[in-house]
Amino acid sequence: MTDISPMAPVRLPRRAGGRRLGAPGWAAALPLLIFVGLAFGVPAAALLGGAFTSEGSFTTANLTESLQGAYLTALLGSVKLSVLVAVTGAVLGTFLAQAVVTSRFRALREAVLTASGVLANFGGVPLAFAWIATLGNSGVLTRGLGLGDAGWSLYSFWGLALVYLYFSIPLMVLVMVPALDGLRPQWREAARGNGASAWQFWRYVGVPVLTPALLGGVVLLFGGAFAAYATAAAMVGTVVPLVTLQIADALTGNVLIGHENVALALSFDMIVVAGLVMAVYLPLQRRSARWLR
Amino acid sequence: MHSSRTRMVGLAAVLTVATSLGAACGAAPTAGTGVTAAGAGKTATSAADFGGLDELVEAAKKEGRLNVIALPPNWANYGEIISAFTAKYGIKVNSENPDGSSQDEINAVKTRKGQDRAPDVLDLGTAFALSGAAEGLFAPYKVQSWDKIPEGQKDADGAWYNDYGGYVSIGCDAKKVGNCPQSFADLLKPEYKGQVALNGNPTKAGAAFAGVYAASLANGGSFDDIQPGIEFFGKLKDAGNFNPVESTPATVQSGETPISIDWDYLNAGYTDEFTGKGVDWKIAVPSDGKYAQFYAQAINKDAPHPAAARLWQEFLYSPEGQNLWLKGYARPVLLPAMQADGSADATLVAKLPAVDGTPQFPTDAQVTKAKEVLATGWGAAVSG
Repeated sequence: MTDISPMAPVRLPRRAGGRRLGAPGWAAALPLLIFVGLAFGVPAAALLGGAFTSEGSFTTANLTESLQGAYLTALLGSVKLSVLVAVTGAVLGTFLAQAVVTSRFRALREAVLTASGVLANFGGVPLAFAWIATLGNSGVLTRGLGLGDAGWSLYSFWGLALVYLYFSIPLMVLVMVPALDGLRPQWREAARGNGASAWQFWRYVGVPVLTPALLGGVVLLFGGAFAAYATAAAMVGTVVPLVTLQIADALTGNVLIGHENVALALSFDMIVVAGLVMAVYLPLQRRSARWLR
Repeated sequence: MHSSRTRMVGLAAVLTVATSLGAACGAAPTAGTGVTAAGAGKTATSAADFGGLDELVEAAKKEGRLNVIALPPNWANYGEIISAFTAKYGIKVNSENPDGSSQDEINAVKTRKGQDRAPDVLDLGTAFALSGAAEGLFAPYKVQSWDKIPEGQKDADGAWYNDYGGYVSIGCDAKKVGNCPQSFADLLKPEYKGQVALNGNPTKAGAAFAGVYAASLANGGSFDDIQPGIEFFGKLKDAGNFNPVESTPATVQSGETPISIDWDYLNAGYTDEFTGKGVDWKIAVPSDGKYAQFYAQAINKDAPHPAAARLWQEFLYSPEGQNLWLKGYARPVLLPAMQADGSADATLVAKLPAVDGTPQFPTDAQVTKAKEVLATGWGAAVSG
């Protein structure tokens, strides 16, 4: 985020001897830029190249195929799941964060924040296995409470959403707690002093101030759910169509042959979806950030 | 304004430098350790080209290393095979990405062309062997027991040949399940609710794909028609019996996948592994859907250790190597010949899961068509 302040930096007249070397501003960022160029730029270029070639010549056939049939189903499934997880996780995480921030018990706050820090980073196969052992078909709770007879199944779209929420809600808590801490008590007092109800305070002060953090959290959760792979592969790899699973099938499978470039095209589709999300997010973010100046 | 333009130019310059650096990194081969015997290694199509097996051993020992890929130690006894090879010839084996797939192997061959880290030898699904041979990725080589490999299980020039295979089998934890299923038809019984798993996703894992093919044969399908197999798993899911968890040793041991459709050599390996761990793992080759498949060996055309690669093949296709596969419950390709001349280990043969009749194999075209049908139809049949 470059902040272009209206105040142009004032150039002091240079004195001989006290001259600073005129290194341009981006020189300090050089290591980062080189790293990003290597770690992100090269693969991205290879991905683009592969997505639009087939047997050495330019073609859009891969892209067309990646937006049809089973591939399209998987892409839509991923988007549906990610939106569900992002919105639900954001709402629940925000309420939890608010409860923690306004709590009088310091220990509770510390405990929730520490737990959130741990759980937000809990993912991959261990996460899937933890859930399978707890709520799978022969999980401890499933058997103990007889959930299987009640029609419970972890291995479905909703089960996967639940597992994703398990790491998404803590992530939202981590995003929202500092923002909620930034709501100054004076604002609430001022609003109340002017006769505002609690609803009006949130409607006109609280939520607008929190919007950048809320939006950022939603985008973060969306991205996390959209790109998650290992958990889904281990838990519902065969029954919930997701774009990341399809990419893995096509790219590193033991079954499909010659679909590598379709996998790259699918990755390109993912980048486009992420780009669309950002295209919605950035203007909103800019509008609401004015509040915080 | 001017500052932002220089910034952009600078950024572009940095990225250009970075990309060319990256390209340089990728293409820089490390100094080779393998010295081939007078260059014969790369083109040798048989041990005779080295001047005999002893000379091949010499050349391989000189290289001193072998890169293998995608060989899990508990798969068909590969762990012991690798250590036996090292013990016999003193050649250090580099085992990379043990849980990799056939596609990973092909990718490694292509992306590391000319590097010292490229895989020397490959163990591939037959379809990948065929497509790789068509692309010219393999070095033709005929092992000394070449003539004993049955027709139809080898490439005419020796670019690839089948190595070991097995049948689709139904593994089952008798302690948990009680009455183990013996056929695909049994799997639909209500008593197996939520218990029937595959070894992965059939659009990705070869064993799971074979499971669907076998289910098709059991339900009125044929090598030409895998659709009944897909429908069978749809039915299995609707009945609530299908368990979408990918079965692994961990899920078998924890009881999450008490019934697992998998290669018989993997299921038989579980039996050994879990004896004494509270799991009574039983195996049945389903009477209604017998499907066998072999994997294939190939040598990377640009193998960094060409002699060691060829020695590895000679070792695998010697009675010793074949019996080691047999020890892992896999059926080595030379088994019929070795049973005829008495070099097969009879106690190991007796331990194989019982199968009657000779296996039939689908043609490559049939498999390719089945895969396409599966890739498009699987998700729709079982998702939700």
